[in-house]
Amino acid sequence: MKNRTFLRRIIGAPYVLWAAIFIVIPLLIVVYYSFTGPDGSFTLDNMKNLSDYGQIFKISILYSIAATVISLILAYPFAYVMSRKKEKTQQIMMVLVMLPMWMSLLILTYSWMNILERQGIINTLLGKLGHAPLNLIGTPAAVIFGMVYNYIPYMILPIYSVMSKIDPSVLEAAEDLGSGSFSKLYRVILPLSMPGVVSGITMVFVPSVSTFYISQKLGDGKILLVGDVIERQIQAQNNYNMGAALSLVLMVLIVLSLALMKLFAGESDENLYV
Amino acid sequence: MKKVLGNIFMAIIYFILYLPLIVMLIFSFNAGRSTSVFKGFSFKWYAELFTNSAEVGVPVRNTLILAVLSAVIATVIGTAAAVYIYYVRSKAWKNTLNTVTNIPMMNPDIVTGVSLMLLFVFVGRLVGALNSLNFFTLLIAHITFNIPYVILNVLPKLNQTDPHLAEAAQDLGSTPTEAFFRVVLPAIMSGVTSGFMMAFTLSLDDFVISYYTTGTDFQTLPLFVFNMVKKPVRPHIYALYSIIFLLVLVVLLFTNISGMKEKREKH
Repeated sequence: MKNRTFLRRIIGAPYVLWAAIFIVIPLLIVVYYSFTGPDGSFTLDNMKNLSDYGQIFKISILYSIAATVISLILAYPFAYVMSRKKEKTQQIMMVLVMLPMWMSLLILTYSWMNILERQGIINTLLGKLGHAPLNLIGTPAAVIFGMVYNYIPYMILPIYSVMSKIDPSVLEAAEDLGSGSFSKLYRVILPLSMPGVVSGITMVFVPSVSTFYISQKLGDGKILLVGDVIERQIQAQNNYNMGAALSLVLMVLIVLSLALMKLFAGESDENLYV
Repeated sequence: MKKVLGNIFMAIIYFILYLPLIVMLIFSFNAGRSTSVFKGFSFKWYAELFTNSAEVGVPVRNTLILAVLSAVIATVIGTAAAVYIYYVRSKAWKNTLNTVTNIPMMNPDIVTGVSLMLLFVFVGRLVGALNSLNFFTLLIAHITFNIPYVILNVLPKLNQTDPHLAEAAQDLGSTPTEAFFRVVLPAIMSGVTSGFMMAFTLSLDDFVISYYTTGTDFQTLPLFVFNMVKKPVRPHIYALYSIIFLLVLVVLLFTNISGMKEKREKH
């Protein structure tokens, strides 16, 4: 018996060590860098300088909320229609939703750049029709569109997976009890699909609020998000301390918004991220 | 009527989802150098891919090496970790482990990347290394973000197995190691495989975390694509990704067909 528990402990050791060194300690190091200067001495300068970035945080949050809401509005009916199809059709549709995710999102974002550019595909086609070129790239709409495009599968999949588990007889029961289609949706389907909606919202919001390549490619360098300023501080200016401070705020912001959502959704212990 | 509207709506979404893929496929055959003006059909970018293979070949090879290594190591550590977490009795310790495991999945990639980079830089300064980022830091980063997904795939399978299974095997005379490899592992094998596949594809695809944790001497395909921004994208990269797309399609069709066959046999 002793032998057994010893073995069980020892197989966990590599992971416990790994997680301590490469998950927990890096977070502490982010805190350390946030509160020190380039020479390693304690300072609050980074925290004070954060106030310069208020506008950027605001824009990042607003754009990500917009992207999340649009994704939800599109993904919800999409998942619903999909869940009412024949089982075999559902499987094929599901694979078709995931297929672009298997490709590199970077290359697909490039492709969108080619489509939307000033000399891009849409403007070339418009030019042939004698239309003046449109400013499609470098706009907030292009960045928000990029977020929706990149992350909408993460909204569709969890919503679809809860909807496909709704027992059809529950819907029939609602009809028999006199529910119209609106009240069926509002009082039966919506509450039952809530866990999927909650995890979909997190899975779209978190990567959107922290992206930098979408804003670089589709924002044409004109739109700066939190991810962009972190990237600049670290990769271009080698200012690790400011980069760390910005990352810390981003992290706190996300933890807070997740907690807030948990509160609103009245979640049980269910894991949000699965 | 409702059904027709639903189908039209779905068709529009699918069209938008696939539009950049279609553009990529079309322009990979462009005779011109541009990725937005089509000058006629040609295979020349595919030919260039193979004649001038070092430019793209090295990042492709690097990406595969990294994905295989990180997925294998993450699968071994992650499976062991899942078994460990499954048997942990103390509720507080179990919750701590689960929370820590969730961190890399919950944190935005940029924070995971930056935090690991700062760790490597910090340690690098301590030991006085000039260049603290290299292939090994990249490998460590990939293993770190892969392990949680392996655990996530294996734990539910463990929860479905009978906890007395291993004990029964040991009562019948096998050693704990034998019991694990001959009884427990086969029962959770599907979770281990899907965890491995997930780790492998996440590693193939990762750009953000790699961007912060790799050195100048080791470039993966996503990094290569990202760095192309300085020079305009040439259609050969579309040709490369069209080939990758074809491969993905073949793998998906293959697994789905075999999956369907299995299902039919079960019925």
